Amino acid sequence: MAPAIVRRERAPHAVAWWVWAAGLAVAALRTSNPLLLALLAAVIVVVTVARTPRDQQPSPLATFARVAALIIVVRVVLQVIFGQRLPGHVLFTLPSVPMPSWAEGVSIGGPVTVEGLLSALVGGLRLAVVLLAFGAANALANPRAVLRSLPGVLHEVAVAITVALCFAPEVLASVRRVRQARLLRGRPTTGIAGVRGIAVPVLEDALDRSIQLAASMGARGFGRRPPATSRPRERAGLAAVLVGSVALLAGGYGVLAGSAVVPGSTWLAVGGLAAVCGGVTLGGRRSARTRYRPAPVGPRSIAVGLSGWVAASLLALAGMLDLSVITWSPWPLSWPLVTPLALLGVVVGLLPLAVSTSEASVPSPVPHQAVVA
Amino acid sequence: MIRFSQVSFRYDSSWVIDELDLEVADGELLVVVGSTGSGKSTLLKMIDGLVPHFSGGEMLGDVVVAGRSVRETPPTELAGTVGYVGQDPTASFVTDSVEEEIAYAMENLGIDPAVMRRRVEEALDLMSLHELRGRRLASLSGGQRQRVAIAAVLAAAPRILVLDEPTSALDPSAAEEVLSSLTRLVHDVGMTVVLAEHRLERVLPFADRVVLLDGIGGAQVGEPGPTMANSMLAPPLIELGRLAGWSPLPVTVREARRQAGPLQEALHSRPTMDPEADGGEVVASTDGLCASFGSLLALDGVDLAIRAGTITAVMGRNGSGKSTLLGCLAGTMAPSCGSATVGGTVPARLSAADRIRTVGFVPQEASLLLYAQRVDDECATADEEHGLAPGTTAASVAAIAGPLAPDRHPRDLSEGQKLALALGIVLAPAPRLVLLDEPTRGLDYEAKRSLVAVLGSLRAHGVAVVVATHDVELVAQVADHAVVLAQGEVIANGGAREVVCHTPAFAPQVAKVLSPLPWLTVDEVAEALEGAER
Repeated sequence: MAPAIVRRERAPHAVAWWVWAAGLAVAALRTSNPLLLALLAAVIVVVTVARTPRDQQPSPLATFARVAALIIVVRVVLQVIFGQRLPGHVLFTLPSVPMPSWAEGVSIGGPVTVEGLLSALVGGLRLAVVLLAFGAANALANPRAVLRSLPGVLHEVAVAITVALCFAPEVLASVRRVRQARLLRGRPTTGIAGVRGIAVPVLEDALDRSIQLAASMGARGFGRRPPATSRPRERAGLAAVLVGSVALLAGGYGVLAGSAVVPGSTWLAVGGLAAVCGGVTLGGRRSARTRYRPAPVGPRSIAVGLSGWVAASLLALAGMLDLSVITWSPWPLSWPLVTPLALLGVVVGLLPLAVSTSEASVPSPVPHQAVVA
Repeated sequence: MIRFSQVSFRYDSSWVIDELDLEVADGELLVVVGSTGSGKSTLLKMIDGLVPHFSGGEMLGDVVVAGRSVRETPPTELAGTVGYVGQDPTASFVTDSVEEEIAYAMENLGIDPAVMRRRVEEALDLMSLHELRGRRLASLSGGQRQRVAIAAVLAAAPRILVLDEPTSALDPSAAEEVLSSLTRLVHDVGMTVVLAEHRLERVLPFADRVVLLDGIGGAQVGEPGPTMANSMLAPPLIELGRLAGWSPLPVTVREARRQAGPLQEALHSRPTMDPEADGGEVVASTDGLCASFGSLLALDGVDLAIRAGTITAVMGRNGSGKSTLLGCLAGTMAPSCGSATVGGTVPARLSAADRIRTVGFVPQEASLLLYAQRVDDECATADEEHGLAPGTTAASVAAIAGPLAPDRHPRDLSEGQKLALALGIVLAPAPRLVLLDEPTRGLDYEAKRSLVAVLGSLRAHGVAVVVATHDVELVAQVADHAVVLAQGEVIANGGAREVVCHTPAFAPQVAKVLSPLPWLTVDEVAEALEGAER
């Protein structure tokens, strides 16, 4: 028997980064204070830039940041053209188009107010911060590393997603090849005939590949069944995880929406979480598989994951003490208010800088190079 | 280790394998030889249980692998005993990075993490992959992918390794890489290896025994030299040995060189026949041609002139820009700087109909050019689309492929027939420049011979031909000029004889045996000897 290898935790676990980002996203969703939103965005960007693995080039964050900026712009432009005509200080007036009575809710043109613009800006900013958080998670930890860490119960689901993720670029390459071959014979590549002519060989190709992949996975031992006795238990575990996830999603939405959209949302969320945990432990006892170099979870990971949620909780607490901290509205125009507690919450989001080094979070001994040869 | 007893197999009415009895000993390297459709892949898949479990057809008899019958054991259960690497390694990848791919099978088998860790390192070392361990699979070259695929099955510590055409898609040096890793496995680890390959010149030197399948049920088993002596499928080395009357027939270049003294002497005073001058006018040319994919520069300042009535071979490693060069000449890719012109015009600017008459291009997967459900439909549509008189394409196809059953589905044709059909369609509008990308992939020697004949007659008719290929024997047989690309730059450009003889990696077997004499093919040598007798 070989000695067990205990790996020391060198960097926070991939999942920890996603948990951290999720916490900050929740914090952003719960606030409409532009100052806090801007601070949250700054925290996300600073941590991500400092801790993105060096082989992640170009960083996904840049892409997400561009989309986030676009969202703000679109939101403001839409407000100017179609938005509700909100009262306030009029900046300029667009020629308005009278709408028929059945489309009373929609208006085009009309006076544009500072307050209207500001409220659109804040709405856009909130979405942008959520998107930034998602981009940060992507940049800091490969989503595939997260899939690898899913509990055993969800193994089949994780494999399916991984295969699909690898499959998509292959299909694109296949489309390119077929298109080129059609061009060579002077066949149409657009229109119904063109699409059909491309789709059929691409689908054939995809089918061929999936059969080969299935054979390869089979030949490499995929789907070995655990002893028959553990099967019902495994199924019960999977069912609990799935049902729990739905409950958690519904409850979570209710909590975030901050109103009585979903009755008893807090209890639903807690119950869902419990069901997921129970399902994972119940189904996770199947023994057939082992894991190669699982990334260890240690104090650093826990600190990183917790910090995002502590930040969210502190902001929520600050909001409870003084509602105007997390809900800001431009009527009347005023400078957004920030209390020390809220500020502390945002700063807690920076904790990952203190507990991790600038080394890659995903084990990757060799820098990721582009193929040149 | 592996015992085939009375194994028969058929897809339709005729038996492809008929009552085969074969025993493979522990630690043996067995090469399965046969033309396309002779049941090589079927034989290999039986060892892993993929036949009969993952295929149609009818199988009689049984294969016993390490004491277990494949009839009763599904491939999943054999995973710890047999490692199977298919023709296309990319299609078998489940994960996206080298290390995870290697660990995948072991995770499924539930191997202890500490053992798993050690075995991954061993597999990385055996296949010389340690420098690539963190890389994404998509960023690897063909040879590297093949090695990862082998490492991935090795890590599960199988006792038998089964490989279907492991070097067909690889350039000569990558093939060398893979084969030397395999020999190391056989010699150092005592692995039993069974592999099938069309490029016999690459694998025969490593074989302990060969199985020669004739496709109608017969099979010969024995030492490589004697077994191949009368085979239609023989690498140039064996043919040279037959010509010179060597006994025993050499299997490696080294063996051949030891017997080659008299032959070298006989050839010493004979001049090699070089093709007459430079051919006709310039049909196509490139001038400082560059092309790039994103930040990757695929072609970097390529200057070439391609003349009528010549065959130009473009060689180089996988990813050196060969296909991109052809794409630019065919007008399917736009140069990023410089220019590529065919007959004085830029092919990318021509209308589809004009382009087809100017330049014909057969891509790597020739079957992509085929759409119809039947061979005759395919020819008829081609006539219609290209604005040719009905029957032109069919005649062109018949001239190249010989008689093809008109009601066959193009998908069911052999690789050689598919290539011939696609080539016939491309040649029907009589383009002055014909481009072929890796045409010998998956072809057996017979199909290759007919390809060589077709290319020869194209040259005689004044067509300019450009072939991008890894197959040095093809280059030796047909090419007048050879261009070697590396990282998108032309590093050698000149007469084929000169270029291949001066580049060890691209030298054909005959040239290696007769070096320093510049002879390339067995036919050449035969002709020269006949001349001497007269």
